[in-house]
Amino acid sequence: MSEAVRKRDYDAIWGAEEDLSVLTFNLNGETFAIEAIVVQEILDLLPETRVPGSKPFVSSVINFRGKVIPLADIRLAFGMDATETTIDSRIVVIELDLGDEPTLIGIRTDKVNEVTTLPKVASEPPPSVGMRWRADYISCLVKRGGEFIIVPNLHAIFSSQKERPAQAPT
Amino acid sequence: MTNPDPISVFRTEAAELLEQIESGLLDLTRSLDDRDRIDAVFRGLHTLKGSGAMFGFDALAAFTHHCETAFDRVRKGDVPATHELVSAVLSAQDHMRALLETPNGDHDAMSAALLDGLHRAVNGAGSPVPAAVAAAPVAEAAGGLSEWRIRFSLPVNAMANGTNPLGLLDEMRDLGECRIVADTAKVPELSALEPRDIHISWDVTLKTERPRADIEDVFIFVMDDMELEITEVAVEHPAAEAKPAVTPIAKAVVVAERDAPAVQAANDSKQAKSAENVRVPAERLDEMMDRVGELVIAQSRLTQLAGTATDLGLRSVSEEIERLSGELRDTMMVLRMMPVASLFSRFRRLVHDLSRETGKEIELITEGESTEVDKTVIDRLADPLVHLVRNSIDHGLEKPEERIAAGKGAKGRVILSAHQTGGEVIITIKDDGRGINRERVRAKAEASGIIQPGATLSDQDLLQLIFQPGFSTAQAVTNLSGRGVGMDVVKKTVEALRGTIDIASKPGEGSVVALRIPLTLAIIEGLLVRVGQGCYVIPLSAVEECLELSLEDDLRSRGRSFISLRDSLVPFLRLRELFRTGTPPDPYQKVVVISTGSERVGLVVDQIIGDHQTVIKSMSKLHHDVDTFSGATILGDGSVALILDVTHLVAAGQQQEAQLRAAG
Repeated sequence: MSEAVRKRDYDAIWGAEEDLSVLTFNLNGETFAIEAIVVQEILDLLPETRVPGSKPFVSSVINFRGKVIPLADIRLAFGMDATETTIDSRIVVIELDLGDEPTLIGIRTDKVNEVTTLPKVASEPPPSVGMRWRADYISCLVKRGGEFIIVPNLHAIFSSQKERPAQAPT
Repeated sequence: MTNPDPISVFRTEAAELLEQIESGLLDLTRSLDDRDRIDAVFRGLHTLKGSGAMFGFDALAAFTHHCETAFDRVRKGDVPATHELVSAVLSAQDHMRALLETPNGDHDAMSAALLDGLHRAVNGAGSPVPAAVAAAPVAEAAGGLSEWRIRFSLPVNAMANGTNPLGLLDEMRDLGECRIVADTAKVPELSALEPRDIHISWDVTLKTERPRADIEDVFIFVMDDMELEITEVAVEHPAAEAKPAVTPIAKAVVVAERDAPAVQAANDSKQAKSAENVRVPAERLDEMMDRVGELVIAQSRLTQLAGTATDLGLRSVSEEIERLSGELRDTMMVLRMMPVASLFSRFRRLVHDLSRETGKEIELITEGESTEVDKTVIDRLADPLVHLVRNSIDHGLEKPEERIAAGKGAKGRVILSAHQTGGEVIITIKDDGRGINRERVRAKAEASGIIQPGATLSDQDLLQLIFQPGFSTAQAVTNLSGRGVGMDVVKKTVEALRGTIDIASKPGEGSVVALRIPLTLAIIEGLLVRVGQGCYVIPLSAVEECLELSLEDDLRSRGRSFISLRDSLVPFLRLRELFRTGTPPDPYQKVVVISTGSERVGLVVDQIIGDHQTVIKSMSKLHHDVDTFSGATILGDGSVALILDVTHLVAAGQQQEAQLRAAG
C-alpha cells in the first residue's frame, strides 16, 4: 500500500475532527476501537447458524431482531487465532456501507470495554513496515497509556472479504 | 401524514394519460381510420392540455395544444390519419414527457422542431402552416338550416368529474339558434339537494346548418355516460317563435356550478375507474409485507409452543391465529400482485420503434396479460424482457425479403405470453425468425474461451451459452443491442428472482425463451430438514417425494451414488458430506427427491422435520459467494435456518459426482 493511500485512509477516519468517539473492545489481548457511530448494538452471545461453504471469516449467521446477519471474526483478518468464548464475550453489531448498501454485521469480541474519545494528536497512520498485520486493514493506531489502540479499517476488511474468494487464514 | 402534492398527483395522472395516448396511437397504426381511437387520442390530448394549464405546466399545455389541434382536424375528417402523423405525434408525446418532467428546462428548439414535423405530417410536405391557424373552422358545404331536437341528461355526478352543463349549452348556442328547456322534474326538495349533483335534463331545439356530427361533438367528453338523443325535426323551418333563448335554469344548478371544481374536461371513463382504486406508495406495501412476515414467524413460534402445551385454550387461540395470519398473508400477497399487462404494454412502443429502425415488419402479439405477478418481479423483469425482445427482433427476425425467400410471411412475429402454473409464472418470448445458429454460438464460445474446442455439450447447454458473461456477439452489435444490459445480466436478474431460463430454438423456425419465475419473493413453502446439527429448508415447490434411504442403497452407494426410483436411476447427494458436518449419520437417513428442470436429484438428510412456512431473508453480501443457499429464515425458536438453493446444489452435486467418477 502506498503512502498516499494510507494517508487517505487516515484522513478519511479523522477528517477535520480533533476527537473520535469510539467503542473499544478486546481481541486476543489487543485493544481495538471502532467508531461509535457505526455501532448499532452490543449483544450477548446468540445461537449461531453455521453456513457451510462460507469463508471462516464469516462462517455463521445470527438472528438479530428478525434479521439474518453475518457474524464476522475479524481476528482472522489479522491472522490471530480464534479463542474460546468466555463469560465476557459479546457480539458488536455494526452497520457498514458495502457497495452502497447498508449492511448489518455482527463482530465477535472477547470483551467490550467502553465508549471513549480518542484524540487525534495521539494517533498516527499505521507504519508501513514492522507490523504483523496487513497495514491496509488498519486506519490508524492511537497511543493511550502504555499501549496502542488499533482502529481497524472495517471498509477495507469487509470489502476485500466480499470480493476475494475464500482464503482460509489458519 | 401529509397531503399529497397536487403537482405530483398531476404528474402521475399525466403519465397515465400519456400512456393511454401512446397506446391509442399504437392502436391507430394498425387501423388508421378507427374513429373511436382517434377520438380517444384526441380526448387524452385535450385533457392533458387542460389539466397541464391548470397546474402551471404552460409549456406542456401550449405544446399539447398543437397536437390536439392536429388530431382535431383528423377527427373532423379534415385531414386523413397517416402513419407520418401518428409517428410525429408519438415523438411529440415523448417530448411531452420531457416537458412534464422538467417544465423549466430549455425545450423550445425541440418543441419547434417537433411541431414543424407535425405540420408537415398534417399538411403534407412543403406547407408549413402553423397548426393553430390550421384549426380554422371547417367549411360546411351542406348548407340549409335544419332543426334538431336534442334531449340529454347527464349522470348525477357529472359535475364532480368536471363537466359543466352550462358549457355544453353555450357550445350548442354557438352552433345556431337554440331554444333550451330545462326539465326540473327530478330535482329533489331543497333539504335533500346535494348541490353538486345534477338532476336536470334538457330539451334543446337547435337550428343550425351544421351536420349532426358537430352536434355530437359538443358531447364528446361526456358521451359515454350520458343519455343523449338527437333527432332531426324539420328541414328549412321558418324562423320560429322567439321564446327566450335561455330558459332560466333551476337556481340550484347555478349555485352548484360555482361550487364545482374547476377541472375542465375530465376523462370520464378513466375517472370512473380510478375511483375504485387506491394509490399506495410501494414502500408502504413493502413495510406491511415485512410486518406480515414477522407475524408469520411469531405465529409459527406460537404454534410450536402451543404444540407442546397442554392448555386447550392456548391451542385453540393459536390455531385461530394461525388461520388469521395465513389469510392475512394471502391477502397481502394479492395486494402486491399486478397484471403483467403493465409490463407488456411498454413493448408495443418498443416494437413499433424497432420496426422502423430495422426496416423489419413486426407484429407483436401479447397473451395472458391478466396473469398476475408480484410487483417486484414486474419491476425487475422490465429490463431483461426489453433485452430479450430486442434480441429476438435484432438477431432472430429476418428482413422481409429474407422471410419471403424462406417461404414465410413478410411480417415477423414476436409473441409475448404469460401464464401461471402452480407457484410459478412462465413468461415466454417467442419469435418466428431464423432461430439460433448453433455453429456460430459454438464458434464464438470457443473463440472467447468459454468452452474447450470440441467440447461435447447438450443442446440446451449450448444454447445457454448465450447467457454467459463475455459471450459477446460483437459481429452483430447494432444500436439496438447496446443498452448495456448483456444477456448474462438477464440471466442474473432472473436467477436473483429465483427463476430459471429455458431456451428452445429450431433453425429457420424461430426461438422460444421461457422465463420461469416464482409468484412471490417474500414467502415460500418449505420442507424443514435436519442435517447433522443444523436445520435447513428445501423449497417445497422443488420437492417431488421423500423416501427412506435403505441400508442396501446406503452401503452399495459407496461406489456410486444412485438410488433406483421406480425403475429410473436418481443420483443423490449426501448433504452431511457436502456441508462437512462432521457428525455420524442418523441410523435411518431419508432421501428428499427434488427436481430442477429436467434433472432429478436425491438429497440425503438425517431427518425430515416437516412443512414450514418460510419468510425469506436474503443473505448479506458477505455470503454472496456461497451458492448453496438462496437465503435464510428464522425458525420458531428464533434460530436461523438456511434455505437451500436447489439449482446450485444440484450443480454442486453433479460436480462432485463427476469428480468421483473421474477418480474411478
